[in-house]
Formats: sequence, structure tokens, C-alpha cells
Amino acid sequence: MKVLVAVKRVIDFKTHIRIKADQTGVETANVKMSMNPFDEIAVEEAVRLKEQGIATEIIVVSIGSNACQETLRSALAMGADRAILIQTEEKIQPLAAAKIFKALAEKEMPRLIILGKQAIDDDNNQTGQMLAGLLQWPQGTFVSKVEVLQDKVKVTREIDGGLEMLSLTMPAVITTDLRLNEPRFISLPNIVQAKRKTIDIIPLTEFKVDTKPRLQILKVTPPEKRKSGVKVNSVAELVQKLKDEAQVLS
Amino acid sequence: MTILVIAEHDQNALKRATYHTVTAAASMSSDVDLLVFNPQVSTEAAKISGIKHVLVVDEKNYAHQLAENVAPLVSELAKQYTHVLAPATTFGKNILPRAAALTDMAMISDVIKIISPDTFLRPIYAGNALATVQSHEAIQFLTVRSTGFAAATQNQSATAEIKALDILIPNTLSQFEGEEIHISARPELTAARIIVAGGRGLKSLENFKLLEKLADTLGAALGASRAAVDAGFAPNDYQVGQTGKVVAPDLYIAIGISGAIQHLAGMKDSKVIVAINNDPDAPIFQVADYGLVADLFTSLQELQLELDKR
Repeated sequence: MKVLVAVKRVIDFKTHIRIKADQTGVETANVKMSMNPFDEIAVEEAVRLKEQGIATEIIVVSIGSNACQETLRSALAMGADRAILIQTEEKIQPLAAAKIFKALAEKEMPRLIILGKQAIDDDNNQTGQMLAGLLQWPQGTFVSKVEVLQDKVKVTREIDGGLEMLSLTMPAVITTDLRLNEPRFISLPNIVQAKRKTIDIIPLTEFKVDTKPRLQILKVTPPEKRKSGVKVNSVAELVQKLKDEAQVLS
Repeated sequence: MTILVIAEHDQNALKRATYHTVTAAASMSSDVDLLVFNPQVSTEAAKISGIKHVLVVDEKNYAHQLAENVAPLVSELAKQYTHVLAPATTFGKNILPRAAALTDMAMISDVIKIISPDTFLRPIYAGNALATVQSHEAIQFLTVRSTGFAAATQNQSATAEIKALDILIPNTLSQFEGEEIHISARPELTAARIIVAGGRGLKSLENFKLLEKLADTLGAALGASRAAVDAGFAPNDYQVGQTGKVVAPDLYIAIGISGAIQHLAGMKDSKVIVAINNDPDAPIFQVADYGLVADLFTSLQELQLELDKR
């Protein structure tokens, strides 16, 4: 079966972000960029499904500028078979992304679409659910275990307070949580091999999708800083301060 | 303005997050309806201040609140409202984006402040920046973070009208197979007044268990950093952080937690933060109101003794 995986290029998770002085957003020029960590888990899961003989072809897709080819190359080096870049300079919001992926899914007809549960830049956690809704497919969100059985996929979801097990009739959409797997290290031979794989570049305009932004970011500002605290010298002093000064202990 | 709040509840009671979401809704309008999926909780729901109608749907048809038929139900109901709100929990985050897409509306996640009925504040980049977002959609779909809004109160004399809805949407796409819910006598992490959280500094599962007695003495919930969860010291639903739970208790005691950005994003809105760590350079001290640089295990023992004295 065919598996489609969506990946997003974001500021590397180890990088400290800088908010632009004019409050229009976060500085991305000359900043280290990487694949969204949750999407890396999505690619890894697809590759494992292929290694188990369940997936036959893995297609990775990204929406964005030409720079996203680098992200797609990483996914190819991890083991994806081919890549599609839906090329645009526009900033695409989740609903529009879901509509674009829907159009692509209708063309490629995958049995499974795997996405990260959220991108670590905008932290929206929406695209997978929106895509599943638009396709009228079942969704397994925040998944920590995937088991494909003929026409169904069983998923374990990480929910508040524990785990939930669902059985989804394929085709289905899955979004990954941290504990689903640990993405593999990309070896040099794999990087070399990935250079021979194809990245199809399709201009966004070829998809007849309304991508007009529905939401407007008025400003991006730093969060309020906490007032710096004090160091205490002993547990006794700590307890006394929590009682008398902070008044959080009775 | 008329607002629909999607309640989160189990078989018997509403989750605390529902009360916080009602407050967010009530700050915009006095016309707030609450959707529940079980008549068992409708009496409790009708007593929340600020609710006009409690809408109840068939509990068997929407058992376990699976997105595949709850989202179309919410989308159908949404047409009569200006705003649809759900808690920003795994429940709300699962359902609401799907419902918004089915209504062809954008959605705003993790709202921490309502600036005006169409403009909202939300954290991005793991809480390292805040975005002020304006929406021009006809219906605002929002998930709301509990930490941004106080809990609505129960008012014994308040009696919202309970209305049974007979909208039955079938679900042929997904099936509930089971759940493993972590049962604990301690308060729920997101609702606790005090949280005791442990990190990798505790070094083992056995040592992590040392926190249990302290938590019980304080009537606190137990939390953990991602490092502690990854190392197998604590179950994953203990995880506090950007990808885990976001909490804001009155008192947060971080023990052996270094304070990675991801963890700070989940707890830095706590009223009072205490950090105990043997590394004086640990970033957790930058957000702590009270920091103690000391051996964890000695400190834990001393802390227990001090608290037992009271």
C-alpha cells in the first residue's frame, strides 16, 4: 500500500528563536532549519511499515519554497521513495494546507497519510485532523503505536490521563506523538543514494485550492519574563519562605 | 453573540478544563450553551454559572466521543453560533480542527487571552513567543488553555435549560477498542493546586517513587519532565511541557529538573516555582522564585521532615 507523509521545514528545535523588532514574526533568515521533529517520526514510521513489507511506496510531500527540497532530501535519505514539493512563497495556514493535501491525496490515492501532530513553529496541531475531515477518512491523532491489519489500522493514542485504542478503517490519517518511534540516524551512503531519488516540483497554483489566509497575525511579541527569584540556603528556609512570604503552604 | 462550548467529561462528571473553557466563553457573551454527550452530567452542567442551555445528545451514539461523528455534529450545531469553544486538551484538539474544516472555517488553537471577540492571544514556538491573531471568519473555532482562564463556578440556584437533541450521526469509520486510564488518588495534574515534579536528576524509577510521599503530604499531583518520562521513571501522562501538559498551579516544586525550554513552556505560568537541583547553572533556576542548590535526596528527606512537623 501507498503511504503519504507530510513534512514541514521549521527552525531547528535546538535553536533559540529571535522575535523581529517590528513584531511581524520570528526571524528565519540565517537560522538553522530542520525537519519538524514530529514529521521525522512520521517518516520513520512509514519507513518501518515498508521494512515490515506493509507499505510498498512512501511519498513525502512538503509545501513551501525551494529551500524545502533540503527537508525532502532528508526524508528520502531516511528511506522515502519519492518526494513532491508543492512550491509557493506564500505562508500557508492549516486549513489551506489540509485542502492542498486533500487534492494531492485524491491524485495519489494513498491508504495511509501520516503527519506530525503539530509543527513546532506555529504549534497549531490542526492540519491532520482537518485533512481527515475534508477527506471523510478516520483519524488517529497523537499516536504512539500503529498496527496495520488488512483493511484496518489499529492505533494507540496518547490522551490526557492515559491511552486510548482505536481501530480505523483505511484509508486513514495518522498524526504522530513523540513516543511512536525514534527516528534513525541518516548515514552517508543513504544521503548519496537519496540524491538519485526524484523530487517533483509542482507550483501551488496548479492545485485549484483557495489558500487565502483566513487569520491575520497582528503581532508577535516575547512572553512576559518572570521576575528573578532568590536562592535559599536550606530546606528549612525554603519551607519558611513558602509559608510566610509566598503563602502557598499553610 | 452566541457561543457553543464543547464539554469534556467522563461517564460521571465534567472535566475541570470544561469549567475554564466556560469562563472564556462567558467573558464574551451571556449567551453560552454547553454540549454534553451523556445525560449523567447534564445536571452538573446546568448548575455552572453563565450557561444558558445544556444540549444533550444520545450517549450511545457518541460513546467515547470519537472525532468521526462528533466533529460533523459540532459542525452542524456551529451554524447557529458565532463562536465554538473546546478545551485545549487532547479531547478538544482531536475534535475541533476536524469540525472547523467541515464548516470551512479556520481555527485558533491554545487561546490564552481573549483580546476582543475576533482577536486572540496564543503561544507559538513552545511559548517562546506570543502571537496576537485576528480572525475574519463568520464562526470562531477556538481551543482554550485552562491556564489562561479561571474556572467557572457552580451555582446551586443556577438552572440552565436542558435540551435533548436528536441528531444521530453514524460512525462507520472508527471503532473504540479500549483504554488504559491511569488511576490515581492524587489530584489531576492540570487541576492540582500543588505539583511535585521530578526530572532525570532522580536517576531511577525507585528514586522517582520517593516523590509520592511528598506529593501525598502536600495533597499534590505528580509531574515529570520529558527526560524522566523517556528514561522510564514516570508514565507519559505525567509529562509537563510543550508536548505534554501545560499547567499553572499555585505551587510547582521541580526536583532534579534541569529546565529544558520544552519543560519551561509547560509550567512557567505557575504562581510560585521552587527548584531543587544540585547543578547551580541549571536553567530551571532562571524561572524559579525559590532555588535550592543541594543534593536532591538529602533535600527530599529534609523537606519531608519539615512538612511532617507542621
